[in-house]
Formats: sequence, C-alpha cells, structure tokens
Amino acid sequence: MNTEELQQIAAGGQEERDKFDYEVNVCMGTSCLSQHSDRIRDAIAKEAEACGKKCQVRRTGCMGPCAAGPMILVEPAGKLYGHVREGDAKDIVEALGGEPVARLDPELGSYFEGQNFVVLENVGHIDPEKIDEYIARGGYQALLKALTEMNPASVIEQISKSGLRGRGGGGYPTGLKWDTVAKVKGAQKYVICNGDEGDPGAFMDRSVLESDPQRVIEGMAIAAYAIGASKGYIYVRAEYPLAVQRLTMALREARRRGFLGNSICETQFNFDIDIRLGAGAFVCGEETALIASIEGKRGTPRPRPPYPAVSGLWADPTLINNVETFANVPPIIRHGGEWFSSMGTARSKGTKVFALTGKIQRTGLVEVPMGMTLRQIIFGIGGGVPDGRKFKAVQTGGPSGGCMPEEHLDLSISYDALISAGSMMGSGGMIVMDDTSCMVSVARFFMEFCMTESCGKCVPCRAGTVQMFELLTKITKGEATHRDLDRLTELCEVVGATSLCGLGQTAPNPVLSTLRYFKHEYLAHIDEKRCPAGVCELSPAAVEVHA
Amino acid sequence: MPLYAERPPLPSDDKRWRIVNGTMRKHGFSRNALIETLHTVQSSFGFLDEPAIKFVAQSLRVPLSQAYGVVTFYHFFSLKPPGKHTCTICTGTACYIKGSEKLVVEAEKQLHVRVGETTADGEVSLGTVRCVGDCGRAPVVLFDGELSAQMKAPQLAQQLERWTMQ
Amino acid sequence: MSAEPNVRTLTINGEEISARSDQSILEAAREHNVEIPTLCHLEGLSEVGACRLCLVEVKGARRLLPACVTQVAEGMEVTTHSPKIDRYRTMILEMYFAERNHVCSVCVANGNCELQDLSLKLGMTHVEIPYQYPQLPVDASHPRFTVDHNRCVLCTRCVRVCSEIEGANTWGVMGRGAQSLVITDLKQPWGDSETCTSCGKCVQVCPTGALFEKTSVGNKTRKHPEFLPYLRIMREGEQP
Repeated sequence: MNTEELQQIAAGGQEERDKFDYEVNVCMGTSCLSQHSDRIRDAIAKEAEACGKKCQVRRTGCMGPCAAGPMILVEPAGKLYGHVREGDAKDIVEALGGEPVARLDPELGSYFEGQNFVVLENVGHIDPEKIDEYIARGGYQALLKALTEMNPASVIEQISKSGLRGRGGGGYPTGLKWDTVAKVKGAQKYVICNGDEGDPGAFMDRSVLESDPQRVIEGMAIAAYAIGASKGYIYVRAEYPLAVQRLTMALREARRRGFLGNSICETQFNFDIDIRLGAGAFVCGEETALIASIEGKRGTPRPRPPYPAVSGLWADPTLINNVETFANVPPIIRHGGEWFSSMGTARSKGTKVFALTGKIQRTGLVEVPMGMTLRQIIFGIGGGVPDGRKFKAVQTGGPSGGCMPEEHLDLSISYDALISAGSMMGSGGMIVMDDTSCMVSVARFFMEFCMTESCGKCVPCRAGTVQMFELLTKITKGEATHRDLDRLTELCEVVGATSLCGLGQTAPNPVLSTLRYFKHEYLAHIDEKRCPAGVCELSPAAVEVHA
Repeated sequence: MPLYAERPPLPSDDKRWRIVNGTMRKHGFSRNALIETLHTVQSSFGFLDEPAIKFVAQSLRVPLSQAYGVVTFYHFFSLKPPGKHTCTICTGTACYIKGSEKLVVEAEKQLHVRVGETTADGEVSLGTVRCVGDCGRAPVVLFDGELSAQMKAPQLAQQLERWTMQ
Repeated sequence: MSAEPNVRTLTINGEEISARSDQSILEAAREHNVEIPTLCHLEGLSEVGACRLCLVEVKGARRLLPACVTQVAEGMEVTTHSPKIDRYRTMILEMYFAERNHVCSVCVANGNCELQDLSLKLGMTHVEIPYQYPQLPVDASHPRFTVDHNRCVLCTRCVRVCSEIEGANTWGVMGRGAQSLVITDLKQPWGDSETCTSCGKCVQVCPTGALFEKTSVGNKTRKHPEFLPYLRIMREGEQP
C-alpha cells in the first residue's frame, strides 16, 4: 500500500458515490438498531428503487442524539430526520430533492452548536463495516505517513507536542507514556486498547468502536510503530456485542488491505491485533487488572510499580491506552501535534467526547473542545432540564467522580478544573440530575456499585465499601446519627488513602463530593428525618421518634 | 512418554463441545485462553456447570481452583441454567437516575423472584446488568437479549405477563 | 554514588541505613529491627501487597506505599510510624475484625494468632465499626485439617504456598469483593479434593484460626511457617 493506492481507493469510492444523486444514511448504532433501523433502511431502499430516484441507502454509525433515534441523515441536503419509522420511508424518498418531511424534524435546536468533531469526524458519513469508506475520508493516511516519512521518535514527538492526555480518566500525558515504553528494552512489546468502558452511564467508546472501528485500529498501529510493538489486543466488554462484531469485521478488513499483518505498507513493520472479551468486571478497567484478565486470570490489580510500561502483559513492556485516546492519534499525525494543541485549554488539549444523559432535554453523544463550560454543554447543547424541573447536579467521572452543583456550572472543562471541583474527567459520562434526585441516595448508589465491583483483594476496599454502604443506607432510612456521619467521613479518608488500586482509592469520591456540596441533604435525613427530594423511604420508627 | 497428561475426551456427543474445543484449538490450548473458552461455553450452553469447567480446565491445564475462581469472579458467567426467557434490567447510572430501581421492584413483584433468580416454572430469569451503553434512552431493559429503551413499569409488566401467561 | 553499585543508603524514621538494591523497604527495615506490621506477607512466598498494614510514608511520594513491594532507593526517606499511619492501621484492623466472625475467646488460634497479635501491638482495643456477622461454613471433611471461613482474612498465604511451594494448586479464591472465599478445587469439600496432597503447608502458613489441624483443637498449638525460607534457600542452593 502506498499513497497512490490509497488515493485510488478513495477515488474509486467517490466515483461510486457520484453515480447517485442522493444519499440516505441510516444510523445503525446499538441504540437506533434496537429500534429496527435496519428495517427502516430496507424500506427506504425499496421505495427508492420503486420511484426510480438515484439514491444510495447506506448504513452508518452513531450520529450522537440517541434520544431522537432512529436517526437518518440525507445528503447532499445535510438534513437530519429523527424518530423515523418504517412507514416514513415513502415520504422520505419522495421528499428527496424537495422540501424535507417536516414531521420528522428531530428538533435538536442548538444540539450541534459549539461541537467540534475530531474523534467523531466520520460519524454519519461512513459505513463502519467498509474500510474503503474510512480510507475515502482520509483514513490510514496517518499510518502511511508515520511508516514512510517519520521515525518512531518523531511520531512520539508529535503526540507529545499535541498535549494529548489519556481519555480513560486518569489524564496521563500520552506522549510521555509512549516515550516510556519506547525506551524500555524488550524483544517483545504489546499495545493494548482498553475498551472496557465500565463507567455506567458512559458509552463513548462503544459508539466509536461501532461507528468508526478502523480509526482505533489505525491509532493502535501507529502506537505500535512508535514503541516497537508487534502485537496488540483490544479488550472489549462482552456487553457490547455490536462493537465486538464490527471490530472483528474491521480487523479482517484491515488485514485484507494490508494495514495489519507482516510488512505493513511495504515496510518492515509487522503488527496484528486480537480481540479479548471482558466478562462483567468494572475493575478490569484498571490496567494491571485488565492485563491479568487478558492473561486469562481473575481481574485483580497488583501494586504498581512495576508499571505495565516496564512489566505488563506476560511481564513484557506494554502500552495501554483507551479507545478514545487511540481514536485521537490518526488526526494528530495527519494534521500535526500543533493543530491539536491549538484546541482546548492550557493543560487539557483537544476535544472530549461526553455521553450526556440523565434528566436532560437532549441526551446523546457530544464532542466539545476542552474548556467549554458545563453550562454550555448542559443548557446549550443539551437543552437543559426537561419537564419544568430544576437543575440540581451534574455527575462526571462515574463511580470515581463526583457531583457538582449549580455554582459550578460555569466551570471550564479540563482535567484539573474537574479535580479541583471534587470530581474528575473520567471516561466521559455526564449525568444530569434534577431536584427529584436525592444526593444521599446517589452516593449510596455509587457505593453499592463499588462494593459489588470490588475485587476483594485488599481489605480497605473489600470491607470498607461495605461499611460505607451500610452507613449510607442508614442515613437514607433516617436512622443515622452525627456519629455515623463522622465515621463515614473517616472511612472515606482511610479507604481512599490505603486501597490498592484506583477503584478503592476513588470509591469515596461520590460521598465526599456530595458531602461537600449537599451536606444539608445529609443533615435533613439525620436531624429532621426527612428526604428533601422525597426519594428515600425513611423508616417509620425513626420518623416517629423524631416527631 | 508424553510430558503432560492427555487432554480429556469431550464430555459428550453434544456438537457444542466441538465448538468449545475449536476455541481452545484456535488458541493452541494455551492457559491464557481460559476466559475466551469460558465465553464459548457460556454462549453455547447458556451457563457453565462443573463438568464443563472441569473439562475446560483440564484441557487447558489450568488448576481447577483457578478455573473456578475465574468463573465466579466475572459476573458475565453463570453457574445456573437460565430460564426460557431472560429479563435483564440495566442498573447503570443513567438508568438509575431515570428510575431503574422501580423497574427492578416491579419485576421482582410480578415474577415472585429476586434478581439473579429464575421463576419456579423455569420460564423467566431476572437479572441486572451494569450499563449496556444505551444511556441516551434510559432506562433500558433487555428482553431475551433484545434492547428495549425508555421503559416504563406498566410496559415491563406487560411483557413479563406475556411470558408468564403462556 | 556509593562504592558498591548494589548498595543503597536510605533513612528509615530518620536513621540512616544501607540496604541491597533488590531489597524491599520491609526487608531493609526488619534487618535493622524496625517493626512494620504485616499480615499477607510471609517470608518465602511471593508478595501481593493486599493487607495494606505495611503502608509507609516515603518523602516525595503522592501516596502511602506498601513496604513489602516497594524497593529501596538511594536517598529514600521512609517513615514507618506516624499518628496518621497508626490511625489508618488501626482502622484497617477494625475492618478485618468486623468483616468476619473473629471471636478470639472461642477460636482455636487464641494466643497463636497473627491478627490477634497485631491488634495487641497496634493497641486496637475495640472495634467501632459494626460487625457484619456473615454466615460462613466450616469444612471439616478433610481427615486431618479443618477450614473455618469465619476466621479467614483472605491473605491468600494458603493459595500461594500451595501453588508456589507445593505445586498442587489446590487452593484458590472464588467470587469477588466481600463474597470472596478461599476454595479447594471446584469449591468441593476439602476432603474430596483430587489435588490436595495433605502436606499441611497451608495450615502452617495460615495466620489465624481459619486453617487448623484437628488435633490442635483446645491444644494451643503454635504454627510453624519457618520452614518456608529454609525450603527456599535449599532449593535455590541447588542451582549454580
């Protein structure tokens, strides 16, 4: 494969598309597919054939606004339709070239305002099962450029210059990580893509893997070249069957086109990737636990150092990045590190994909430049809280993160700002809560999660989360005292300081952040035996004693 | 003399064992194929019983205690056969905020079982899952693996009734 | 640079000491009679860093570090005891006592229990957090030994000795979180285990009354894990 061949493939694809006057792109991500968007596609194709319009009906990946699904994008008009049903096929085809079907307007308002697609640049435009469509949008140019025009050191230099930081949550500088693994001596090195998107309420990685799998493969291949690895693994949750299926197909296609295998792009670079399935363990998002899981063992973390960069998979040097991090790599190599670092804030560069969910008008996947405020995302893109309710808090960072109140809505999103507000970036879940959510119950929900997901290896996490969960339960029942609250605070400190891995170390965060911003809710349960949000069922005995 | 004990014979004539064996062969009967193989058993048989774990462990030369440890560590693996139908309620954060707890209560009430159990007649298994990634349309429920979003308690009740009435 | 390339100079609690570069903080400290509490650590077995009792402060480190798996380094400044660390250790011990049924007065290991010794040493006089009182089985199916899960602290010494020293791999850990349990083979009764060689090493290394010899009931028998370093030295000695 060389530049001319890449261009030829792209041109061939364009030629094929030029034969048609219209393009109807039907979203076939998990969400729209579960509403039978495949049948909608077939119906539209049938109608198009019947009326004789030159119309290509295509399958694409997730376009973002999942709540308005099934989604359809009609080109060249650039018109989006939402809530499409099979019966709408005829009207959609008839409207091609004329006035759009008014009743199918998804009413997205300012959903796309301020969004900036880097990771999601291909969504709605390519068929995730066809590698040539990815190539037609500039795919694999970055790999070719890296292999033929750059040496490994200069690839790492560009990544470092870009300021890209780990998108899995930790925010470790990606360039530095690559550099470390590149410098470790070892005959065999590995690249692992962490697709164990365990944060409940986050689905960015699922969406990228389903909608644009080649991008992740290309990112991994570039990383492998940079650090000198010849073997890669993608670790995906078994709960994402469509992602696994698309990825399997994508790997086959990439091998067929010669982007994986031996002598890639006629160079001496060899690299291939295998898929490994997760099996329902949140802790496997932790890198040492993930490695244990790939090795076929119980996913229990081990103390670091040694870091995987030195001793990872089968004790060989290993690079682990998450899906979104790898997905950022091809555009960085294509456009240069400086281009990427021109977006974002001083210490958080580029864009971030968020899964906007909860009590919000327009839920879905959004990609915004770092530095955008929470208010812009929640009230601008998301359209605010529905049903006339009042905004109460936004939760980021999953079970390791925290809840931020209204006072923090003008916070500019960056790794550091979120941490100083008592939360964290996490993988990108952003869950909005209104005044019907009880913050003590929310803290209890996350603690229950950490308790059942604890691997059980170290005692602070194994036993401490149980103790904290029970104290939170006691508070929600109105049976707790101030002494219990003190004990809860102390447990938070000890579990956070002494646990072995990130799961236990951050398990207290949802409690600490709600205590910081919503202590009055805790006190209402304790002192007044009442739940301000009206969620908790207080034990009658406790209420009676109080009365 | 062979260095290792022979691999055990297939537990029965059931064709599905050949699929399981195929997975192990694909990975060269290497120990680290344990989870991959267990996935194949789970998807072929719907659950993992002791003879199955033993067969896989011995084929891959993984100690029995380790194989059992792995099976019980990962919640995706089940030691009990599932009911004829499965109802799996997502309890991720977005679904929780949108009231998935009420759905769990509703399902438990209607089926007279707790989460993780199967009805006495073996018709329906009730389970929960930690996020299937359709958070934009929470709360979601999987009926026999098929995703249904923006679920409400009456809708859930209706579907379960359809199964239990048969 | 010190003259010997594999010698490191560091301070522990302000005292300057030297240690081999391959030594852990724990090894170096114990060699110099500095006491650091441990529970999952046992000389002769691999380290897991799970009990979190050996956490120490290292100047410049963001977090507390487990002394058992942290290697010494030149110029390292280690603090093994401080009001904060002592408070954390006591609370960790409380969590151990509260999570299962450690009732010393009726325990076969009373007087010979590492958990009990630790609580005396660290001055843990009472448990403030609520006891969990889990319902856990006692398996006496083995002709010579008994496993009482009520006393198990999940240190995995039995699992490690069975795998690393005896090579039988009879013991394992099943489940996760608070539901974790040590098991023999496919969680079958110990007496029915196909792989157990009845060597008894697991019993000797168990720090509490979770694994014990039937003859020791009411006997106050001490356990003898000292064979491990000896065994290891003899094995390593065979190699050139």
